[in-house]
Amino acid sequence: MLLRHTHKEILPRKALTVNPAKTCQPVGAMYASLGIHNCLPHSHGSQGCCAYHRSALTRHYREPVMAATSSFTEGSSVFGGQANLIQAIDNIFTTYDPDIIAVHTTCLSETIGDDVFQITNKAVKEGKVPPGKHVFHANTPSYVGSHITGFANMTKAMALYFSKSTGVHNGRFNIIPGYVEPSDMSEIKRLAKEMGIRPILFPDTSDVLNGPQTGKYKMFPQGGTTMQELVSTGDSMGTIALGPLASADAARALDGKWHVPCRVEDLPIGLSATDRFIDALRKAAGVSVPDSITRERGRLLDIITDMHQYFYRKKVALAGDPDHLIPLVEFLVQIDMMPIHIVTGTPGKAFEKQIEKLTAHLPHKVNVAAGGDMFQLHQWIKNDPVDLLMANTYGKYMARDEDIPFVRFGFPILDRVGHSYFPTTCYRGGMRLLEKILDVLLDRMDRDAPEERFELVM
Amino acid sequence: MSTTIKDPETTEPANMDLPDPEIVKKELLARYPAKVARKRSNQIIINQKDEDGTFTEIGANVRTVPGIITQRGCSYAGCKGVILGPTRDIVNITHGPIGCGFYSWLTRRNQTRPASDADDNFMTYCFSTDMQDKDIVFGGEKKLKLAIQEAYDIFKPKAISIFSTCPVGLIGDDVHAVAREMKEKLGINVFGFSCEGYRGVSQSAGHHIANNGIFTHVVGKNDTIKEAEFKINLLGEYNIGGDGFEIDRILEDCGISIVSTFSGNSTYDQFANAHTADLNTVMCHRSINYVADMMEIKYGIPWIKINFIGAASTAKSLRKIAQYFDDSKLTRKVEEVIKKEMPEIEKVRDEVKKRCEGKLAMLFVGGSRAHHYQELFKEIGMKTVSAGYEFAHRDDYEGRDVIPDIKIDADSRNIEELSVEKDTQKYSPRKTEEEMENLKTKGFEFKDYKGMMQDMAKGTLIIDDVSQYETELLLKLYKPDIYCAGIKEKYAIQKSGIPMKQLHSYDSGGPYAGFRGAVNFYHEIDRMVNSKIWDYLKAPWQVSPELSAKYGWE
Repeated sequence: MLLRHTHKEILPRKALTVNPAKTCQPVGAMYASLGIHNCLPHSHGSQGCCAYHRSALTRHYREPVMAATSSFTEGSSVFGGQANLIQAIDNIFTTYDPDIIAVHTTCLSETIGDDVFQITNKAVKEGKVPPGKHVFHANTPSYVGSHITGFANMTKAMALYFSKSTGVHNGRFNIIPGYVEPSDMSEIKRLAKEMGIRPILFPDTSDVLNGPQTGKYKMFPQGGTTMQELVSTGDSMGTIALGPLASADAARALDGKWHVPCRVEDLPIGLSATDRFIDALRKAAGVSVPDSITRERGRLLDIITDMHQYFYRKKVALAGDPDHLIPLVEFLVQIDMMPIHIVTGTPGKAFEKQIEKLTAHLPHKVNVAAGGDMFQLHQWIKNDPVDLLMANTYGKYMARDEDIPFVRFGFPILDRVGHSYFPTTCYRGGMRLLEKILDVLLDRMDRDAPEERFELVM
Repeated sequence: MSTTIKDPETTEPANMDLPDPEIVKKELLARYPAKVARKRSNQIIINQKDEDGTFTEIGANVRTVPGIITQRGCSYAGCKGVILGPTRDIVNITHGPIGCGFYSWLTRRNQTRPASDADDNFMTYCFSTDMQDKDIVFGGEKKLKLAIQEAYDIFKPKAISIFSTCPVGLIGDDVHAVAREMKEKLGINVFGFSCEGYRGVSQSAGHHIANNGIFTHVVGKNDTIKEAEFKINLLGEYNIGGDGFEIDRILEDCGISIVSTFSGNSTYDQFANAHTADLNTVMCHRSINYVADMMEIKYGIPWIKINFIGAASTAKSLRKIAQYFDDSKLTRKVEEVIKKEMPEIEKVRDEVKKRCEGKLAMLFVGGSRAHHYQELFKEIGMKTVSAGYEFAHRDDYEGRDVIPDIKIDADSRNIEELSVEKDTQKYSPRKTEEEMENLKTKGFEFKDYKGMMQDMAKGTLIIDDVSQYETELLLKLYKPDIYCAGIKEKYAIQKSGIPMKQLHSYDSGGPYAGFRGAVNFYHEIDRMVNSKIWDYLKAPWQVSPELSAKYGWE
């Protein structure tokens, strides 16, 4: 057994996290920064943070992930990291020539209280920031929230730093896609464009973290929200924020600063959450939904009706991020599956309440934890087994030990490809999710069926 | 008669059609701000052996230039990730916010094989105190104590260790005091490491801290004498991709017994028992030489440098171990094993060499791998045109002779140097002085790491802590056939149309150590440098974009 020390008996734990279902803020901030065109993320802390975050993102996307670091030593930890950051800014612009440096902090620089705003101002005064170039920052202490919080803080920071209002609407709509894959960002843009909306999607990692093989490496690839677009967000007709934890802060900041009206919706995962997203776009932009999109929706519905017998009352265990899990649970309940063990590492009581509401009518006891971990999830599974597990790659250890069909979902996925190229959001993504779920469920039936019940047509 | 294996040639000059290294060096530095260029200039060396046999001094183990895009990691990564990570039966608790524990959870491909299902294996687990803002403000010692108690109650391990992350040192949590208190309370070994990420200039500091901790708290705690002949410790072998299993297989075939491995596939008891071995063999000099030195002083175990990367090096290392024990039965057995293994290796090597001969490699990784893996490339006729380490010290480049001349700077001074003395009871010299002298006069060298420069051709470029910018330029100027480094570099290089082999984690391959590992590596490099996929980079319409005639559709 791979997780041989995980037993049914649940002993109290207050201080020890075992097998986390989250990671720390800066990696989310780095991911968000990569969604700005011509921007180099910069980690203000020990160089190990930057190395770990780049490694994690690189393993997940199998793409170049470039970022710089202030490389704190013991000296800088005592006297502050000002000299390191100013030197880093100079070296980055001289050597790599990005348009923007997006600085995020770490537990180190937060604990010693470095004032990054003051330091970057000093860098500007000292002429280390060439004309037309920008350095902005987000505070992302690792000891608060999770990688989702870091994404939210960086996204808010980019909106606040760049956005301006000319007083004239630009005829565009801001969409904040949340902590989703580059493939999902493309899909969200595609649907908006199909509705005749010109979205400013930020951040936008499509064509950054799912780039083609061309034989030519470009540190700053084609994709990413441009600086002009970020500036223009203050002139947009409105903002739709997808995923309350990852995106709402940025949307509200634009509302507060420039009175760009905002709506916060769930990530468009599954049927109803996508319906709400499309409907919100339709109403906000005053457009009608083209038949092509309604037909996409119909196809998703068609798979559900065709294959409902395989979903019905299957018990599911889930680990992931709150913005993903809420619409996913809603979707699974809708197709008559039973999500019964649900864990996120990101803290927040609202999550638990919302899951309880969504699962209130399930004919089964439901366990839910925000700020929980995968060890806890595994123990729940041992006490009340499930038919399906959906989690990031770390879930495969539980899946193997307990012999549970397993769908990889969330961050990080370190052992399979596809997630960065094919979306799991919106209607088509919903179809792909169902395909993945059905594949593992039906493979399991095929594997376990006695010969006389082994079916050709399923 | 012994099977002779020719050592890879080391003296031939670099290819004539390669770019002039002086010009390359100038180009590498041209864009940097003056101060950075000056500093990097000391870390970029054109390989050259002086008349007195010494090499040009290289700037190594010096501070990273902020913002340069380094590939280096931190002290925590070196301590918890590298040295202690591969030990399966210690509960390793990361004391800090969640990230550090999360990123070092199963990501290094250290394989482990517990003897049975009943044996402990915590390597699939990640333990953390997940410090929150209130712990940063009010201190995290209470939470750490409770976490240790909970880990004990739930998992009943034989030992618990604590790894400090950056904020722990800054807020002044005394992890060592907590460890002492909990050790007393629980009656199991509990020990801590002050491996905060800001210590030192790279993960190398963490290796040193780990060596000190394991030596102080674990080595020497179990005096059971293993009933076996030719007992050695294998130091600096981490069983990535199963390397250690292949080395174990070969040593077992030879009748050499491993008391402990630091730290691939290792257990707590192996460490505790390590002082009962009769020879320390050192693979990765950089990460583990401290323990080798300390065990020699305290227990009288001599150490030698060996290398199981490359078939010739493996054979050479086995012979060196046999020579140390000076036993005809062992010598005979070692020669038999080499003779048995070589035909398959030579068959594959010769076949692969036909397709790889003359191709160019670059290696920028680790503190020993960028050196060791050159052997494998040489065996299939490939040339290393440039190489360097991520976190090595001068001795790993220039050889251990330079150690007395290395200036200790402020960053290194922060890492404790243990003062070790002979153990009054457990010290016993493994050889008499006369036997040692005898071996030395026969050319046998103890503590003899000669470094990377010795084995690299004249005029090759040796670069310490290579930056992303320098990597990109090197690719342009040399157009190597393969580039070896780590995960962070991988895809930028591959996007440039050049195959990239990870030599930290081996991508998903391995083992590459020992005899079978060499065969695996030959095949792998053959696959990579001769892949057809690079012929398809351009679509037909990119090859001939102009429409010369209209198609007639029927």
